[in-house]
Amino acid sequence: MINQKAKLVPDLFDKSKLEMIPTRNGYGKGLVQAGEKDERVVVLCADLAESTRSHWFREKFPERYIEMGVAEQNMATIAAGMANYGKIPFISSYAAFSPGRNNEQIRTTISLNNLPVKIGGAHAGISVGPDGATHQALEDIALMRVQPRMTVFVPCDAIESQKATVAAARLPGPVYIRFAREKTPVFTTEKTPFKVGRAEIFKTGDDVTILSCGPLVYEALLAAKNLEKEKVSVEVINNHTIKPQDEKTIVNSVKKTKALVTVEEHQVMGGMGSAVIEMLAKKYPIPVEMIGVEDRFGESGKPDELLEKFGLTHPHIMRAVKKVLKRKKD
Amino acid sequence: MNIHDKKVKKLEELANKIRQDIISMLLEAGSGHTAGPLGMADIFTALYFHVLHHDPKNPLWEDRDRLILSNGHICPVRYVTMAHAGYFPLKELKTLRKLGTRLQGHPEREKLPGVETTSGPLGSGLGQSAGIAYAAMMDKKKFRVYCIMSDGEQQAGNTWEAAMFTADNKLNNLTAILDRNNIQINGMTEDVMPLEPIREKYEAFNWHVIEINGHNIEEFVDAVEEAKAIYEKPTIIIAHTIPGKGVPEIEFDYQWHGKPPKLDEAKRFLDQLRTIGGKIKSEHQ
Repeated sequence: MINQKAKLVPDLFDKSKLEMIPTRNGYGKGLVQAGEKDERVVVLCADLAESTRSHWFREKFPERYIEMGVAEQNMATIAAGMANYGKIPFISSYAAFSPGRNNEQIRTTISLNNLPVKIGGAHAGISVGPDGATHQALEDIALMRVQPRMTVFVPCDAIESQKATVAAARLPGPVYIRFAREKTPVFTTEKTPFKVGRAEIFKTGDDVTILSCGPLVYEALLAAKNLEKEKVSVEVINNHTIKPQDEKTIVNSVKKTKALVTVEEHQVMGGMGSAVIEMLAKKYPIPVEMIGVEDRFGESGKPDELLEKFGLTHPHIMRAVKKVLKRKKD
Repeated sequence: MNIHDKKVKKLEELANKIRQDIISMLLEAGSGHTAGPLGMADIFTALYFHVLHHDPKNPLWEDRDRLILSNGHICPVRYVTMAHAGYFPLKELKTLRKLGTRLQGHPEREKLPGVETTSGPLGSGLGQSAGIAYAAMMDKKKFRVYCIMSDGEQQAGNTWEAAMFTADNKLNNLTAILDRNNIQINGMTEDVMPLEPIREKYEAFNWHVIEINGHNIEEFVDAVEEAKAIYEKPTIIIAHTIPGKGVPEIEFDYQWHGKPPKLDEAKRFLDQLRTIGGKIKSEHQ
């Protein structure tokens, strides 16, 4: 059953009625909203203003927008300096370059310095499409979640992206927020709860838990809906905050279902699913199947073709659910 | 603000005392860098005791000048100078690099108020300095930002990204100070990865460049004053220094970049510093 408290859109499974908007748009809107709320907010961008949607902030607050050129390492250090002074900088680029290229600068000058720099990583995942492997960040969650003090958000749609961006501005420490390029369904609403560090149960169920983050949460819901027809009751949780992790919601769910499938558009190694099973191995070990990219790079193609090829769509999630249910019985 | 001969002499004497304390603290720590800190003692003394607007009793005073040490490994000279300036008791110098210390092997902003940034990994200090300078300009703040860099970190790309940004934004409230001592871990800079012509590189990046003898306090203070008068560009002071300055037997020797003195060496070094290389008699003799 869809959790009514999650306040998802009414026609959740009617694709003709779902709006399709990329999560990066939510970032762009969130930047403007955060900028309106707090004049300390500044936005730095490494020559990707339109693709990261930072140009909306530039139009509204030109004096608080700083062009960096193609210099992601410097963008991190300039932002660290500005935060050191008292500003709240957001740094915008593709996730492959920030936090990909500038990882050490983020580690030393932002996290170790304990400064409130917010890293917006756009074009994450293979759904970037035709640009190919160089631009498809699949390691960024792993890189960011191992840094002490870093909060990591992976929002599931444009509305949640906006909420995460606004929430990031208010957090006292460093934050990483991951966005996708492609248009994806908008299935949450303004009323859907978003609390830092709290996973949201989007659908309740008893047989198996699916934990997902990012736009693939929608694929998880599709898988759950189809499985209902086969009398499999699936709980779907939107695990938008990878760190700090919501241990309570996750453990309570798997105590009930005793089986878990994790779903993300990221390397299986080191990603959201890894973070969850590191915790569950100690707190409540159960059979787990993991959907994600299996230790390989992406490639060129259409986003939907790639999601299919890399095994990230709902039919693959359904197969993983059946596999884990079998293991649960054994 | 010219500096009087009497004050210069006082600062030179203090710099010598700071060098002695650097040797003593490194001996106690048993690890750390010797050459760089000794080479920068004159400039640090001039900064903390003449140039900087700062308040050791209120290290986070919002209008203080910011001194960013990009090459964090020479932090012993900063720690000793800060202790002499009154930021913390001199006896705390003995805790360098020990468990629980505020004086980390490479400086940490959150551990010791007044160090401004956590540093050590090279090439990221100029960017942070430029970020502070940019934010200060946005808010029309009057304080100045000083960024000390090593010559080795001129090999790092981040340094030049920041140099481009600083000049593009005409951050004239930022003065960089380049410790041009010609050594790095693997040898002489010009053998490892040549930097020259370093002056022309910065000029080509649209900086105002001043070259000085980094052991001449008067020249340094004049350069700092000149930088304040340059409006269209940021300024870099290329300070030619002698690594290991004050201890003749290790001067110019790159092998002293990253090691501390042993007990017998420390005794000899202290003697050389106290007698200014045998020129005067030490009260310890």
